[in-house]
Amino acid sequence: MSHVNKVVIEPVTRVEGHGKVTILLDEQKKVTQARLHIVEFRGFERFVQGRPFWEMPVVVQRLCGICPVSHHLAAAKAMDIVVGADKLTPTAEKMRRLMHYGQIYQSHVLHFFHLVSPDLLFGFDSDVATRNIIGVAVKFPELAVQGVMMRKFGQEVIKATAGKKIHGTGAIPGGINKNLSISERDELLKEIDQQITWSRGAVKIARDYTVEHLTELTAFGSFDSNHLSLIRADGAMDLYHGNLRAIDANGNKIFDQVDYQKYIDFIAEEVRDWSYMKFPFIKSLGPERGWYRVGPLARVNTADFIDTPEAEAARKEFAAVTKGKPNNITMAYHWARMIEVLHAIEKIRDLLNDPDLQGNDLVVTGERREQGVGLIEAPRGTLFHHYRVDKNDQVVMANLIVSTTNNNEPMNRAVERVAKDHLSGVEITEGLLNHIEVAIRAYDPCISCATHALGQMPLEVKLIDHRGNLLDQRST
Amino acid sequence: MSATIHFTIDGVEVTGKAGQTILQAASEAGIYIPRLCAHKDLTPHGSCRVCTVMVNGRPQAACTQPVSDGAIVENETAEIKELRRNLVEMLFVEGNHYCMFCEKSGNCELQALAYRLGIQAPRYPYFFPQRALDATHPDIFIDHNRCILCGRCVRASKELDGKNVFQFIGRGAHKRVGFNAPDGLGHTDAAVSDRFVSICPVGAILKKRVGYAIPVGQRLFDKRPIGSEIEARRAKGK
Repeated sequence: MSHVNKVVIEPVTRVEGHGKVTILLDEQKKVTQARLHIVEFRGFERFVQGRPFWEMPVVVQRLCGICPVSHHLAAAKAMDIVVGADKLTPTAEKMRRLMHYGQIYQSHVLHFFHLVSPDLLFGFDSDVATRNIIGVAVKFPELAVQGVMMRKFGQEVIKATAGKKIHGTGAIPGGINKNLSISERDELLKEIDQQITWSRGAVKIARDYTVEHLTELTAFGSFDSNHLSLIRADGAMDLYHGNLRAIDANGNKIFDQVDYQKYIDFIAEEVRDWSYMKFPFIKSLGPERGWYRVGPLARVNTADFIDTPEAEAARKEFAAVTKGKPNNITMAYHWARMIEVLHAIEKIRDLLNDPDLQGNDLVVTGERREQGVGLIEAPRGTLFHHYRVDKNDQVVMANLIVSTTNNNEPMNRAVERVAKDHLSGVEITEGLLNHIEVAIRAYDPCISCATHALGQMPLEVKLIDHRGNLLDQRST
Repeated sequence: MSATIHFTIDGVEVTGKAGQTILQAASEAGIYIPRLCAHKDLTPHGSCRVCTVMVNGRPQAACTQPVSDGAIVENETAEIKELRRNLVEMLFVEGNHYCMFCEKSGNCELQALAYRLGIQAPRYPYFFPQRALDATHPDIFIDHNRCILCGRCVRASKELDGKNVFQFIGRGAHKRVGFNAPDGLGHTDAAVSDRFVSICPVGAILKKRVGYAIPVGQRLFDKRPIGSEIEARRAKGK
């Protein structure tokens, strides 16, 4: 009979939500497996049943207070299909895009400056008492202010398009409920140059950090994987809309330009008894080989190019590190994320200068359908919303595959890799704890969304021996 | 017969006509008395009691109490305001009122009244009742979770639409608004153009597929608190 020891980290800190890590050891105290447990449960898919379909974009965004806009827009896109709005008016589509770029911008900035920068600026092993946003504010006050001001700008973009900074109502089935007034536009334009400058600076911080530490980061929590994202018809990165593209670790296409209304033919989900979070995989490859990464790293990998000049230049530099092949370095997520920040602010600038945003043609409808699928590239990755609606306009089925769920297996792999490399003996050291957290944090997981939670996400680690006895326990 | 009647509300001289209720005379004079079941186009019902005022020291529903000469009416005392807050809080906990995603938010009289009365959060435990939805009508959606039993729809259907689509059924805690057809609203003669559809003060009766068409900031009570249109009359009169 083989015996297994177990290390548990609970709770995980500086991520959105609540989870714990268990590390299983064999008799020789070697790591056999690591699991990121998602211990929250929310049940949105069930309790929206019976509600009228037009409520979905507003009710489902309550899954999250970090990137509600993503859920708002994914649900609205699904409902566009339901109401037969196959092509939105330019004003509606561009207002939604502006909302989404505002969302990408504020969420990425929050993650990078508030949650991650302490690890990068002070080092993973630095004193835990100062390795936090307060420490950053004391030592790098300008940077801390930039983070706050950049996030604020993103939130103002959201307010101008959705009506509120959090949980707005802008996107409605078939379009949008407002345009951008001249005064709203001008307020945002006043700040745009400063925001672009700061975004360039953020890319530089992430780039310099990654390049300087390339050797250790290449090994840190990394592994080869497939990558999945939406992609524009011409292969450009498109965070709001497109078709699905999946590539393998070498850049070979698994599928390309797949109409996401048919996602169910390409993606399946596996349930494991130790987590409330499912494990999605590419059907043709099966659960063992079909898991994939989503989010900034996957998107920069899948894109043939980025259609804004500064972000494209940054992408080229990023791609050069791996000689044009997909980048499979977990910690490269941060650099990719900041390239997207630059892309988002370039897009925001272009949209603010587009007179279509002052149009008054806001909503279209067509022939009613029984179901609709809405996908969007949320800050954390591809977000799937699928609804069926009955003839009385009531939702009878909802299936949500959120970004963090898509990254479930990769996060487990990252934790396993770090545990194998950094666990020695049966004691959970502060260093191990934080290394594991750093790896999870790279994915910017949003566990609230992923379990369709409340509270913050501190990390708890437990080490349990082969007889199931608790050897050590540590939380942050 | 339109004899002039003189009385005071919170010390302010008000002139009413014989047969008017205190609420009607106060509204004409630009004094807002909070209300939910009362509506200017409907027969007074006196059920929600939110319009309770003290008349010569006794609590009365302003929507049913006729004006009387020399009456001393108290409307904005601390005691009455507290009573109204309690009544509105009880309405909130009795049903399932999730303002955060309700499409009536910003246009809802219950929500607007709660803001005006300074209610932050109910002090009473929530009932979380199990209530049904009715989506059988092609153009009208009924959400009983949000119904406060004000009876406006019952009266509007009878008095304004000349139909009899709704009726109260059940007693006490089990009282609810029923339809004049066992299989749901879709089997009655209700039409989306009927007045009852727009007269509901909360999000219990909704025109389908309208949803959140009015952006945040442009909804009725985003711009000004409930009652301010009545108070504007007084300011103008001055």
